[in-house]
Amino acid sequence: MANAADKTGRRRFLSRAAAGAAGLVSARQIVSAKQADGRAQEPDQGHQTVPSDVALRVKALESILAEKGMIDPATIDAVIDTYESKIGPRNGARVIARAWVDPAYRKRLLADGTTAIAELGYGGSQGEHMVVVENTPSAHNLVVCTLCSCYPWPVLGLPPTWYKSAPYRSRAVIDPRGVLREFGVTLANDVQVRVWDSTAEIRYLVLPERPPGTEGMTEEQLAALVTRDAMVGVAKVSRPRGGAA
Amino acid sequence: MNGIHDMGGMHGMGPIEVREDERPFHAEWEARAWGLIRAMGPFGPTRRRNFRYEHEILPPVQYLQMQYYERFIKVLVDRLMAEKLLTQSELDNGRADPASPTFTPRVTPANIAEQLARRRSLRRDDVHIQPQFKAGQRVRARNINPVGHTRLPRYMRGHRGTIVADRGVFDFQDTDADGYTLPDRPQHVYTVAFTARELWGDAANPRDTVHAELWEDYLERP
Repeated sequence: MANAADKTGRRRFLSRAAAGAAGLVSARQIVSAKQADGRAQEPDQGHQTVPSDVALRVKALESILAEKGMIDPATIDAVIDTYESKIGPRNGARVIARAWVDPAYRKRLLADGTTAIAELGYGGSQGEHMVVVENTPSAHNLVVCTLCSCYPWPVLGLPPTWYKSAPYRSRAVIDPRGVLREFGVTLANDVQVRVWDSTAEIRYLVLPERPPGTEGMTEEQLAALVTRDAMVGVAKVSRPRGGAA
Repeated sequence: MNGIHDMGGMHGMGPIEVREDERPFHAEWEARAWGLIRAMGPFGPTRRRNFRYEHEILPPVQYLQMQYYERFIKVLVDRLMAEKLLTQSELDNGRADPASPTFTPRVTPANIAEQLARRRSLRRDDVHIQPQFKAGQRVRARNINPVGHTRLPRYMRGHRGTIVADRGVFDFQDTDADGYTLPDRPQHVYTVAFTARELWGDAANPRDTVHAELWEDYLERP
């Protein structure tokens, strides 16, 4: 690929697209209702810096496709709303909390993840074939997709940036203990690490260990303790601070 | 293909950004990009190139530099242009060309919820094939190097493992050299456990294992 030519073409496209987009994108599309809710307009500190020309290109593409009648911006709004309010790691957290308080459910969940997760109303795209793997004092599970970024959307939502990144995808299989240390989890040498590389159609959810000191907590309180990272296997669930239990 | 996407076991990719909240999007453009990709739905001919293959053939430097949603947008634009549904002049001008072809979207505000919830299983419960392997059996991942899309990572090839589970019959996802799925090859998919020492040598912890789902065509008797 001719990089220099690409770059020139891209710059030319951007300058024209910017003018086009400014004139065409409706106020409704630019200032979506979501912005008013405070979603970050700039990448957070600590995140990979995203060049603003990407934002511009996406905006221009949306406006061209909308003008051609090939997409309806309202469909885009509906997709965003679904991933922001309906599909996300809080779903998985409810599954985990139920497994902690209900031994019969835990048994069903480990035997047939897809069916047990559907009992709580979660399923669909990228959750068609769920397998739940259980952390114990002697075994820790870690999920990755080295070839792509496969992830169980119905229970965890869209994958975080680090899960999709080259550093995680490359190292999770060859140095899982080093990866875990980077996330602040140090495992003893006699704890087995089981890495699950999601190469085909099975999607994995880690059932973390229930932290001590949570015996008196309700299912809802327990679900609030469960983090996305713990359900991917890069964190443990911490006991509540301040003795809430 | 032995591409940059097949990165399991590589060194030198840098530290992992471990601090990240649970919001799905961290910039407005990410949300619009993802919404755009899902809202487009299917277009073009019925026999389409494998979507993942289209990511895998991006030049390695571009693949590594592009953010996830950016890569999706790039592949979407390439596909639209290949189908003549988007032209270079439209992209250059940022405006639709009234003369250029268009199509009516099949995904709409009325059916998007159903589209997002739909199960798209590749499992073929209708196909009954005698499995060649069973749980507990020792197998070896074949040393093959297909030039199309494959789900057999390089770091597993030639290594011995143990079948943990038979997940049933699934449509084969490998493609030919042009990225088109090889037709009519449903087969059993197995979860195979490899010891970390088998894959990475004696420096690995003797207890650790790496698992993957492998189609039967990837496996042989050791």
